[in-house]
Amino acid sequence: MFNIFLEMLSYPFMRRALIVGVLVALCASLLGVSMVLKRYSMIGDGLSHVGFGSLAIATALHKSPLPISLVTVVITAFLLLRIKDNSKIKGDAAIAIISTGSLAFGVMAISLSTGMNTDVCNYLFGSILGVNQNELYLTIILSIFVIVIFILCYNRIFAVTFDETFAKVTGTKTDIFNMVIALLTSFTIVLGMRTMGALLISSLIIFPALTSMQLIKQFRLVVICSSILSLICFLTGLTLSYLYATPTGATIAILNIIFFIIFSVIAWIKGKVLQ
Amino acid sequence: MSLLICKNVSFSYDGKVVGKNITFNIENGDYICIVGENGVGKSTLIKGILQLKTPINGNISIGDNLKLREIGYLPQQNEIQKDFPASVFEIVLSGCLNKLKWKPFYGKKEKLMAEEKMKQLGILNLKKQSYRELSGGQQRRVLLARALCATEKLLVLDEPVAGLDPLVTKELYELIAKINKDMGLTVIMVSHDIQNILSYANKVLHLHNNNSFFGTVSEYSNTVLAQNFAEGEANYV
Repeated sequence: MFNIFLEMLSYPFMRRALIVGVLVALCASLLGVSMVLKRYSMIGDGLSHVGFGSLAIATALHKSPLPISLVTVVITAFLLLRIKDNSKIKGDAAIAIISTGSLAFGVMAISLSTGMNTDVCNYLFGSILGVNQNELYLTIILSIFVIVIFILCYNRIFAVTFDETFAKVTGTKTDIFNMVIALLTSFTIVLGMRTMGALLISSLIIFPALTSMQLIKQFRLVVICSSILSLICFLTGLTLSYLYATPTGATIAILNIIFFIIFSVIAWIKGKVLQ
Repeated sequence: MSLLICKNVSFSYDGKVVGKNITFNIENGDYICIVGENGVGKSTLIKGILQLKTPINGNISIGDNLKLREIGYLPQQNEIQKDFPASVFEIVLSGCLNKLKWKPFYGKKEKLMAEEKMKQLGILNLKKQSYRELSGGQQRRVLLARALCATEKLLVLDEPVAGLDPLVTKELYELIAKINKDMGLTVIMVSHDIQNILSYANKVLHLHNNNSFFGTVSEYSNTVLAQNFAEGEANYV
């Protein structure tokens, strides 16, 4: 097992994928807890589609894809938060419109420029070969930023997630912290899109949190457990996809689903026994 | 000096005017009960008092010795909280957030305060328990402890007994009365439960479309509004 790991790391592209993946998995699991509890899971999913759209358009225009998608996704995230507050189009419909819309634009951009080829597949479902040196540096900087900000804002994020009105009344700037959550989530989604794929990145955000919540009842422990689960799934998934040439994103997502089922079954049995 | 003065205040909600020309003032140590039919603007008024909503007319001013962000608030139960994985301590502690200013983490002072409030409300033994596994009455106490962490002066409660059984309701009323008397906090409470609440409160604000009433409990009991309302409630029950 250890030998396989060393062999894996002898390839530069695998080293890059490992570093990017570990950081993104960590960021995703931290933010996931708040996203799931605030009923924002679909926002994460919508944002990843927007990420795909802008990635495709940027590539078609021969611009560097990552910075451009970062900007678009952050803007969309802020817009979605606004829509949720005051608008005739309800939150879920708005997300559906934006995500299918950007998917359409993305696919159109790709087919007009390079034609539907393996690139599309890589964007949609992820590829461990995709990370280049510059993206690696960007990912390291941004994910450390995400983790540090999350830890510094942890108590506020808890308050805003549990009871936004109370937090607002007692003087927490809830709008700012909602934006912080949206900003950090956007970063995480864009950074994770290359390895996990646009269609699968939100599984990295949602599953670890949801799985931990089946069994764990303290917010802090849920956050810790999610990060551990997320790392385990990522490392195992990466190794398996290396060994058996399976798509990385899908392998990691399936491992997450397996953990979710195991945790749910344990929670169910525990419930039965306690009755 | 009054703690809070509300002068000729009206609100709009969904394009309709709710609560017309509401006028009242709250003195230190008052226990005020806000009653009225559904949709008359009770919760909107509460939002106004908490400065979450601006009135379309009139103004609400806060006395010198009350700081705006130091009002303890017990909101109506929301959907998110029902299955929220958090321990009692984590939730009560979050009431101390306004004491942190720019510090990112809680210190010893905040933790001791949270423990003290839990002790006062008799929930210290639940400290490590999960909020979602508590009974309705226990959950309300947790949120009350959190509100007490946030304030030393004014407690605003929005239908605190909704969904509780009569025995637990009575216990919670006793507890709130104790907070009002012993700890000297001013209490503003929205309630439907007119029969029980009048024995605890000292003043009543009855919101009614055009002629709202504000006065002491004994003045209120003699009004036509009170009699109609009590009968209405009786029929309703």
